[in-house]
Amino acid sequence: MTDLSRRTLLKGAGVVGAASTVPAAAQHAADHAPPGLHTRQNTNPNYRFFNAVEAAFVEAAVERLIPADPQWPGALAAGVPVFIDRQLAGPYGRGETLYLAGPWKQGTTEQGYQLRLSPAELYRTSLERIGQSSNEGKTFHQRSGDEQDAFLRRLEAGDLDLGGFSSAIFFETLLANTVEGFFADPAYGGNRDKAGWRMVGFPGAYAAFLQLYTHHGMTFDREPLGMDEHTGAHPVVHTIGR
Amino acid sequence: MAWRMKPVDVVLVGMGWTGAILAKELGEAGLRIVGLERGVSQDTVPDWQSPSMHDELRYAVRHGMMQEVSRETYTFRNGAGQEALPIRKLGSFLPGTDLGGAGVHWNGQTWRFLPSDFRARSHNIERYGKDIMGAELAVQDWPVSYDELEPHYDRYEYLCGIGGKAGNLRGAIQPGGNPYEGPRARDYPNPPTEPAYAGALFANAALALGYTPFQVPSANMTRAYTNPEGLALQPCNVCGYCERFGCEHFAKSSPQVCILPKALAMPNVELRTRAHVTRVLLDAQRTRATGVIYIDASGREVEQPAEMVILCSFGINNVRHMLVSGIGQPYDPATGDGTVGRNYTYQTMSSATVFYGSDRRLNQFMGAGALGTVIDDFNGDNFDHSGLGFIGGGYMGVYTTGARPIEFHPVPPGTPRWGAQWKSAVARHYNHTCSVGCHGASMATRGNYLSLDTTYRDAFGVPLLRMTFDFPENDVRMSAYLTDRASEIARLMGGQTVVPSSAKRPYSVVPYQTTHNTGGAIMGADPRTSAVNRYLQSWDVPNVFVMGACAFPQNPGYNPTDTVGALTYWSAEAIKNQYLKAPGPLVR
Repeated sequence: MTDLSRRTLLKGAGVVGAASTVPAAAQHAADHAPPGLHTRQNTNPNYRFFNAVEAAFVEAAVERLIPADPQWPGALAAGVPVFIDRQLAGPYGRGETLYLAGPWKQGTTEQGYQLRLSPAELYRTSLERIGQSSNEGKTFHQRSGDEQDAFLRRLEAGDLDLGGFSSAIFFETLLANTVEGFFADPAYGGNRDKAGWRMVGFPGAYAAFLQLYTHHGMTFDREPLGMDEHTGAHPVVHTIGR
Repeated sequence: MAWRMKPVDVVLVGMGWTGAILAKELGEAGLRIVGLERGVSQDTVPDWQSPSMHDELRYAVRHGMMQEVSRETYTFRNGAGQEALPIRKLGSFLPGTDLGGAGVHWNGQTWRFLPSDFRARSHNIERYGKDIMGAELAVQDWPVSYDELEPHYDRYEYLCGIGGKAGNLRGAIQPGGNPYEGPRARDYPNPPTEPAYAGALFANAALALGYTPFQVPSANMTRAYTNPEGLALQPCNVCGYCERFGCEHFAKSSPQVCILPKALAMPNVELRTRAHVTRVLLDAQRTRATGVIYIDASGREVEQPAEMVILCSFGINNVRHMLVSGIGQPYDPATGDGTVGRNYTYQTMSSATVFYGSDRRLNQFMGAGALGTVIDDFNGDNFDHSGLGFIGGGYMGVYTTGARPIEFHPVPPGTPRWGAQWKSAVARHYNHTCSVGCHGASMATRGNYLSLDTTYRDAFGVPLLRMTFDFPENDVRMSAYLTDRASEIARLMGGQTVVPSSAKRPYSVVPYQTTHNTGGAIMGADPRTSAVNRYLQSWDVPNVFVMGACAFPQNPGYNPTDTVGALTYWSAEAIKNQYLKAPGPLVR
């Protein structure tokens, strides 16, 4: 579906929502809003992990990492802060995929992550320090985009000590989680309206290409499919365009 | 005091490919068998079904099918002078867990090794002189030949229903296959895959340079197939969710699809899941195993007495079981003495990435794990190494395995790592970029080895396995040479830019490379330089057999699973036909 046709659809949905005051319809419109149309769900997304101060940083930071452009939404509108929040509130945030036993020592780059912090603890510890260090009259989210980028580059370069560890460790985690949230299945709260998938042309959970893959170079523009909208059936017929 | 179970004939430690094959083979011989699996049971239905299986975050990124490192990981250092630290997050390699092990989440790229790979030391010295090994390499001959393994390769390939085209039928070179492979008695059971677009572009370029491209032998079914066990497999849908995923379609060979239903149907074969083996029990002389100790689901310590113990877990985890239990003498790199942990090897991966114009739609999300087009002209000793300064090689080509976007979003060098330019580069290049990969060999050295860590332990209090590894100079040179050849092909593939990237020191455990961790309990003809004999029997404790890629003296430039399967059948035959008749050392 093109951006244009989606806007047309949303226009209709918005009218229904406003006229009938049925919350479900309005919510549907908000959930599927393209860039510029939604502000509400991002101002109050019911965070489970982040407090308001943390959320303000993350919302502003991820939008600098993957900013909106005229064609595609940025990380904020794509729900990436919600994705990261849900991840940190769950098993990933608790460090269930990490070996966290001590002793803890600083290793080489080749030895990888060596902190005793789970991802949730890493965010909480880092954001507390960042909140203190960036307090030069304006907090991070109040600064201009260029100022925000400059601060993120300092984090990336490891210029800040976030409590005995380099800010680069936090930055790399934030960047990885942002990319995850932009491209993971929408069921996880990010990649809203499958914006990440639409941007690159990835079909999502849809998966039956035996009869297509030998049509080398074909145009494949089928609507991407998230897990939650998967019917379980595998359509194997598709119009082949060149 | 451990809870003591009724004695059995054989205990299998781990129930992936090798445990499943042995359960069937030895169960059929009438032995009472218990298979111990540290993870849970899982199967095509109901566990691997769509749409929930098509979840890149859960399975590919969060490692849903992999060893839980929160409980059990490895420590790592690049050299003996460094302090080893735990791999706190899986990266460079991804060992599987749960029933079926890595046989569930593999891609299905199913290769035989070259006849000369089994004589890596002798062959290279005969052709290039004894100086070719230099001071660095600890390369050894295998104690088994290609010809001896050929019937067992055949058996495993027919079990799996591999789709491919023979390149050498009883010595006669066949068009369409790999002309360098060893002679095979018969063709593959199923036809080869059809090339994907990127593979076809590679094939055309390789042909133009005089090479011989062919389709990778595939464990993703190319048609409906019933294997010799009577189990049915279905054609692959080319869904793009193989590697790190279970197959929903009965279309990728796995222990569950190919053999476990038959093995577990036998009344004398019992599977126990959530049974985490902590050590093999030995008698006072440490020359005979009496069983194993495991922790069950409730946390209870259980003793399972057995006449034979067969280690069937992921290769390097078998090495850990041996070291923890005191089976054989630990290897000491300072003196060169000892055998367990010796010759740990890996795989030397590199690539040449091709960036295309935006009119060229590669559609690599239409993929399958073993959907690849490759050449073998630069593998093993298929090319003249005179004056090159290294031995070994690798195959090279293009795989089209799914292009899932969290992990696949290539951008050209010079692109910022984030921000508006990064985003537009991802959008621009996602469907217009492919990589010629080089699957390079890994040669053994004296300093790369496995041992027990002296500091870090797992959730059960058992020392972690310590990995000491860096790429040998031989392999760095080999990778540079292979990557140059790959780049020459890549430049003829019609793209705008080619970006080569060869393997460089230091090796890092952070970025994913491959799960081909090999060696550490190597097979050999000499008990002073090998942990197991030619039948995978421990030299020191003859009622212990050790399966898996840990037996490879060094790792050739191919994926290991076909050889692991063949060695398992080879060992099973020796156990049935020789060991059971006269239990004791099969080689003296």
